[in-house]
Amino acid sequence: MTMTLEAPVPVFEDEGSGRKLAIICSKGSLDMAYPGMVLANAALGEGIETHLFFTFWGFDIINKETMSHLQFTPLGNPATHMPPMLMGLPGMTSFATHMMRKQIEGIDVPDIPEFLEMITDSGGHLWACKMSADMMHLEPEDLYERVEGIISASDFIELSEGAQTIFI
Amino acid sequence: MSTATIGGHDVHVDQEGFMTVYDEWTEDLASTLAANIDIELTDEHWAAIRFIRDDFKAMGETPTLRRVTTVGGIPTKRLFALFPKKPAKKMAYIAGLPKPAGCV
Repeated sequence: MTMTLEAPVPVFEDEGSGRKLAIICSKGSLDMAYPGMVLANAALGEGIETHLFFTFWGFDIINKETMSHLQFTPLGNPATHMPPMLMGLPGMTSFATHMMRKQIEGIDVPDIPEFLEMITDSGGHLWACKMSADMMHLEPEDLYERVEGIISASDFIELSEGAQTIFI
Repeated sequence: MSTATIGGHDVHVDQEGFMTVYDEWTEDLASTLAANIDIELTDEHWAAIRFIRDDFKAMGETPTLRRVTTVGGIPTKRLFALFPKKPAKKMAYIAGLPKPAGCV
């Protein structure tokens, strides 16, 4: 007769692993904004401390004026597999943006503002780059209210100590 | 997938210990599973567990955290408080469901 063994218990807490993730978002187009959001959200769901640092064009993701209107352009993007001549036609960017938004919504992935809300509700930290804010003449009140601060590059280097860093 | 015992009941589990047969799960087992990962179930935990059980039955897959929030009506922050660090996986484990497969 074989004995039935007690079921294993999954290991959920990697105590002391202290894994930390820093994601630098430097692009503000729709297709370049999502990878950072998806990775941050996944890391948080795994209990990993996660920081997002928005710089240069990535500022569009946290700028109240632009965050809901990020665009995707097929122009100069060979991955669309479309004739380059056509991609520069008027209206192509808004058409492609519309299509991509529909596809994203179709797989039940939130838009950018909701995604940022979910990330911060999950304990994620949002930081804005000081140099970009200065260049674009933006103040804290111009930014998504859950951005924790406008910080310098060296502040970011300090807070990302020991973190795996991803540049997008 | 193999047979193992949880709280004295023979059930099917995967290598990690997640139950693999929907109908083998009972509410009694849930309390044992929760205790295994140091969670004491309150009404709020139960609301989440019942939602993901029902949703799995309806949709055929374990809901993602976002779905528990948008469809199940339980705020993300609460889920992280109730099932610390890895809410989606912990909920699935206690509810006797596979880990959620979705990216978001």
